[in-house]
Amino acid sequence: MLLEYNHGGVLPQMKIIYRDKVWELKGNMTVRDAIKKVGLHPEAVLAMRDGELITDDVTAGPDDTIKLIAVVSGG
Amino acid sequence: MKCKKCGTTAVINMRQHRLALCQHCFLEWVPQQVQRAVEKFEMFVPGERVLVAVSGGKDSLSLWDILLRLGYPVDGLYINLGIADGNYSDVSQQKVERFAAKQGAQFRVVNVATEYGLSIPEVSRRKRGRSTCSTCGLVKRHIMNQVACEGGYGVLATGHNLDDEAATLFQNTLHWATGYLWRQAPVLPASHPRLARKVKPLIRLYEREMAAYALLRGIDYIYEECPYSRRATTLFYKELLNQLEETSPGAKEMFYLSFLQARQEGRLLPPERSQVKMGECQRCGQPTTVPDLCAFCRLWDVEGIEPQRHGETQV
Repeated sequence: MLLEYNHGGVLPQMKIIYRDKVWELKGNMTVRDAIKKVGLHPEAVLAMRDGELITDDVTAGPDDTIKLIAVVSGG
Repeated sequence: MKCKKCGTTAVINMRQHRLALCQHCFLEWVPQQVQRAVEKFEMFVPGERVLVAVSGGKDSLSLWDILLRLGYPVDGLYINLGIADGNYSDVSQQKVERFAAKQGAQFRVVNVATEYGLSIPEVSRRKRGRSTCSTCGLVKRHIMNQVACEGGYGVLATGHNLDDEAATLFQNTLHWATGYLWRQAPVLPASHPRLARKVKPLIRLYEREMAAYALLRGIDYIYEECPYSRRATTLFYKELLNQLEETSPGAKEMFYLSFLQARQEGRLLPPERSQVKMGECQRCGQPTTVPDLCAFCRLWDVEGIEPQRHGETQV
């Protein structure tokens, strides 16, 4: 499991999960900004929270776990 | 963000259309786009027998689902390529089998190794000078056409989406591959009695929309990429086009649809090669532009191996 942008401390942080990677981000931000912050293209992923698909204008915070689904798959 | 149609919470925002939709409206909208493509490009009409080539991925399984929802009695074809890495082919086949069982849909399986003696990676290793992806494409095209023709299907549908087509167009344009550019179309007419018409009903839809459709419909598809395509140039071109899309929503769509329009208006001229008359392969009988053996039969001419058909698995 890869942890990036983890600045430590005791405060909960937003979790971004993509394939076998996990990032932890500080503060509140839109899902779109979070996708860009972890170096992915908003066009190349879909975002899910609590098993539901969400649009990337949604603001996510420290208690949120956002699962990103790669849109390119199969072959 | 709210659904533009009904005002409830949207699940997807399609920036190129300035359209956000909720789950219900999106799942209605996608088949409408497919139906529009089927009609606009005159792909097929109700009553025609359609065979959909399914890989177990999101696009082809979604295409099958959409065509069934639209009321077309479509059968599936799964080609097991024998890719053992991560049990890729067998897992993909299971996805297809489960989907078909759930839908009560008919499908056929052709196992390349069982039927012709070698899996795709094996034949690719023995035949130097041709990449695995190129070998795979050739074998799939041959088998798809063969099954379609022998099964009496006039139409063969594949799950190419707009991102697939835009990436191919980008690649062909970079190389100014005019022959390929001329042949890249939503519909390839049956130019020979033993060729099925090939159609791509998903060409109006972005890859992202197809992934969303599969997720929202609960379609269990193979999420992992083919182990051989992970470094494919197509994926790199898709990434480049997505960068363009990021700054200019609709760029991918404009690139591809403008090309189709130019083609339709006769601004692209057919190359001389397209005038070549097709003959039939002396071994398998399928149409070919070269004398003697077609590219598929030549592929198997390694170390004295001849393609042996041991019969087709039918489910």
